[in-house]
Amino acid sequence: MSPLAPYADPQYFAILLIALIPVVVGLWHGHRLRLWESGVALVFITWMFAGPHKWHEGVALVAYVIWQLALTQGFARYRRNHNATWVFVLAVCLSIAPLAAVKLTPVVALHPSLLGFMGISYLTFKSVQVLMELRDGTMKAVAPIAFLRFLLFLPTISSGPIDRFRRFQKDYDAVPERGAYLEMLGRALHHILLGFLYKYILGYAFGTVMLPQVAQAAMAAHGTSALIWPLLGYMYTYSMYLFFDFAGYSLFAVGISLVMGIQTPENFNKPFAAKNIKDFWNRWHMTLSFWFRDFIFMRVTFFIMKHKLVKNRIRVSQVAYLINFLIMGFWHGVTVYYIVYGLFHAVAIIINDYWLRFKKKHRQSLPHNRWTQALAVFITFNVVCFSFLIFSGFLFLNRLL
Amino acid sequence: MDIQKTVFDILQDLTGTDFTGSPDENLFETGTLDSMDTVQLLLALQDQLGITVPVSEFDRSEWETPAKIAAKAASLQ
Repeated sequence: MSPLAPYADPQYFAILLIALIPVVVGLWHGHRLRLWESGVALVFITWMFAGPHKWHEGVALVAYVIWQLALTQGFARYRRNHNATWVFVLAVCLSIAPLAAVKLTPVVALHPSLLGFMGISYLTFKSVQVLMELRDGTMKAVAPIAFLRFLLFLPTISSGPIDRFRRFQKDYDAVPERGAYLEMLGRALHHILLGFLYKYILGYAFGTVMLPQVAQAAMAAHGTSALIWPLLGYMYTYSMYLFFDFAGYSLFAVGISLVMGIQTPENFNKPFAAKNIKDFWNRWHMTLSFWFRDFIFMRVTFFIMKHKLVKNRIRVSQVAYLINFLIMGFWHGVTVYYIVYGLFHAVAIIINDYWLRFKKKHRQSLPHNRWTQALAVFITFNVVCFSFLIFSGFLFLNRLL
Repeated sequence: MDIQKTVFDILQDLTGTDFTGSPDENLFETGTLDSMDTVQLLLALQDQLGITVPVSEFDRSEWETPAKIAAKAASLQ
């Protein structure tokens, strides 16, 4: 049996939607078929890791899930009567440890880690989030079954969007009214059709048809002053591919969630219409950037300001941005280009903040009209596309620098 | 002590705007309040009203207007 990769081809939808028919009928009649849903998830997740090349990833997933379950249960129990910071920090480190091992093994040992499996990065966000909420007391306990259901929610298991436990649980516990569910099914259809356009047509055109051609043109022009043109071509083509491929995938994940009566948060909101870098991060891979905002940026600034480690408010935000985006870079992978990508965005957002302060101070003397707005969108778009050129690794892997 | 007045004073210190006349303005959509301001707001609530708000408690949709912030602060005190 060959593994079934999520959303890889239209066939996947056919099989999944047939399996979900009882769920739809159940929700239509006001019931959530919990057992059937869990069974479908179990079968599809097993199928994801079927075959001689994938089964060890399945084993790694099972081990990972047991590890995270033990950690969250253990910490929840501890947290009932105690609240030492070091125990919390230790729990978070242990929760991140498998992901860190997966990211570091290829760098140190030059072979992929045995602990790795598709989706580990996204599952780690969910586990860490639960630990943080237990620490903050916004969650008192977490039922093992509910935790597993949240962690292994089938539509989002491989690449997000990253949901929050309490939000997910609220949807899961409530069965939508028939009118509301009908509206959700309509949105699901819209999401899935738009996803087809994005991922299978536009993503394919940019990524599979055009990208190899511009890549070849850039390699051919290597060492000459004409390199800039094919390189620009690569930059824009790759940026379009990255957006349509991932936004398409995200539309699928949200669409299938809606079929199951769960409103998984959206990942994209017209990112290329952003008027500055800060605005961009409120529109691009939103569940990731909001996770970083809420669980890293805000916590780092809170910690620094509470303990008055840095006096100046502007410096505090700059330190927090650097930490935030460096971690995001490392999360993508321990390679030069991912880390440079993180640093690039930290610097871009720091410069952006200087500009916003300058603008606030000189509001009267600076022009503000639709031309300056368009210029802002244009500059932001190009800065972002340049960051994706870094992210693609093309410059580094082909020694074009 | 009047919680509403304290909250509005904190917001005025942070943003330079007096929201007495516009308590339902969406502070996040308009970009009036960013993450940094939010953290300062949470710290000020802790210092001035003795309300501890963990960052996890901070769901933007429940804290998006001056009126909502005042109501939330009152409920947590």
